[in-house]
Amino acid sequence: MSRADALRPEGVRRRSPLWTLGLLGSELAVTVRRWRTLALLGVLAAVPVLIGIAVRIETRDGAPVGGGNGEGPAFITQITNNGLFLVFTALAATLPFFLPLVVGVVAGDAIAGEAGAGTLRYLLVAPAGRTRLLLTKYATVMAFCLLATMVVTVSALLVGALLFPLGELTTISGTRIGFTEGLGRALLIALVVAASLVGIAALGLFVSTLTNSGIAAMATTVGLLITVQIVDQIPQLHAVQPYLFSHYWLSFADLMRDPVYWDDLVKNLGLQGLYAAVFGSAAWARFTAKDINA
Amino acid sequence: MDEPSATQREPAPRRDQGDATASVIATRGLTKRYRGGQLAVDGLDLTVPAGSVFGFLGPNGSGKTTTIRMLMGLIEPTAGTARVLGRPMPRSARTVLPQVGALIEGPALYGFLSGRDNLLRYDAADPTADPRTRRTRVAAALDRVGLAAAAGKKARAYSLGMKQRLGLAAALLQPRRLLVLDEPTNGLDPQGMREIRTLIRELAADGTTVFLSSHLLDEIEQVCTHAAVMAQGRLVVQGAVSELAAGARDRLAVTTPDAAEATRVLKELGVGDVTADGDRVTGEPPERDLAEVTAALVAAGVRVRGLTVERASLEDAFVALTGEGFDVAG
Repeated sequence: MSRADALRPEGVRRRSPLWTLGLLGSELAVTVRRWRTLALLGVLAAVPVLIGIAVRIETRDGAPVGGGNGEGPAFITQITNNGLFLVFTALAATLPFFLPLVVGVVAGDAIAGEAGAGTLRYLLVAPAGRTRLLLTKYATVMAFCLLATMVVTVSALLVGALLFPLGELTTISGTRIGFTEGLGRALLIALVVAASLVGIAALGLFVSTLTNSGIAAMATTVGLLITVQIVDQIPQLHAVQPYLFSHYWLSFADLMRDPVYWDDLVKNLGLQGLYAAVFGSAAWARFTAKDINA
Repeated sequence: MDEPSATQREPAPRRDQGDATASVIATRGLTKRYRGGQLAVDGLDLTVPAGSVFGFLGPNGSGKTTTIRMLMGLIEPTAGTARVLGRPMPRSARTVLPQVGALIEGPALYGFLSGRDNLLRYDAADPTADPRTRRTRVAAALDRVGLAAAAGKKARAYSLGMKQRLGLAAALLQPRRLLVLDEPTNGLDPQGMREIRTLIRELAADGTTVFLSSHLLDEIEQVCTHAAVMAQGRLVVQGAVSELAAGARDRLAVTTPDAAEATRVLKELGVGDVTADGDRVTGEPPERDLAEVTAALVAAGVRVRGLTVERASLEDAFVALTGEGFDVAG
């Protein structure tokens, strides 16, 4: 640092509004460089491999999947006809638990983990700005929802293409669509699944502003996920079920109808948006007023 | 303890709004009461003059870190105001903090990132930091704290001293008007401590105000121009180090085997408060030339081994001002 720099008066430092995005880039890189994140993504990538190999072995002698009883995740019986269905099966298998678990871990750790490590105080005196830091964390967690879903999708697509034939496919409604359109729908489904995770991500981020322990925030978020899944299974509680973030998750299958049945899809996206707004605001209110003692 | 000390009224600039530039940090009745009801900081009136190296002293639990956290906008004061670089905190954090480098309660690092990547991340957090010069500035900061060779190593593998240096480097990523360093020599070996002290002097010579918290008196005495002492959440005293030290009188010390005779001669010469302890006789330094005192002692047949005026240390000053040792825990 030169003497001239040190003596430069306040306010002379010119800056570009784009510089503020540097934190987002750094945040994305730091999230993905953690071993924990990589391990979780590895587990997600392994799920389609396991399903693909299991189906391949079971149907080696031409027998139908699950003995033809229609058991197992959605679309699993179709995989042998078309590898593309492995994408739908893998997403249907990971969406109830693996995907939200991974997102919950990353979201829960977002603020609380930094607080626990003490790095939060240095980010804030840098100064990252509390609202800016929270928005950056929020954007990163959302991006991670998409990344996690894409890992499952791409892995399933590769395994499906390797182990099974590709080509035209039959929709739930019984019509046949071309492979390209099928691929387009698969990507659309991946986007909807990623958007389905926004609710738990917002919830996790809010929990993360409540504590200075990353582990506590992750455990609470995952605990809430399990609780919500259980409540969603109890018929006597049907009055609250439409408000649970997981209630319309499996509506993504409606994208495989012809024509597409939009009702539940729209309800799902609206619900996720509601969670994002409510818990995003709560996280902001909490984080901007909080004493940082860690 | 509650009465304002003599030094507090002295040359500290008036801290009215208009004169905010003269003091880099100015707090008025700054108070923090934690939720449990514990009063961590109680009515603090602190003034840090621009360009000073300001020592912030106090035993553990005396409220130093809580004060620093309030100054940095990390926690909200219960009452009172804090101005940093002339602006109110925490409201002006966004404009003030880019000009402040801080090391608070020890370094905190991402263990899975290299030292260099840690600094790149902290620099990216500052929206006023130019990304085009980021790598250069990070390299310069690493070099400045002597970490250039270990820059590529994972921070988890750093020793405590290296972590401390990396924390310092984070505070030096940009030219700063104020550096807030909480126990910066913690965990460093004597050589490292010397290097950090030299670094602080260099920064101060460049015009940066340094606010240095420490529990080591000699460290403060070696580098600081001003100091303040906290005890149990309250400010005991603040002012220029030279004035604080002047609070405790220097002592004339004569070393001699003829202690009784020396005592008599010194009293005759008008030296006050003469006390003898073995072969050491001490008293208040006289107005007259010390050479005359020596001549008188020798003329009276006192065999003098040594005669000096011992400068009062800061520690003596604190004992004199607070009536208790520095290490008394709050």
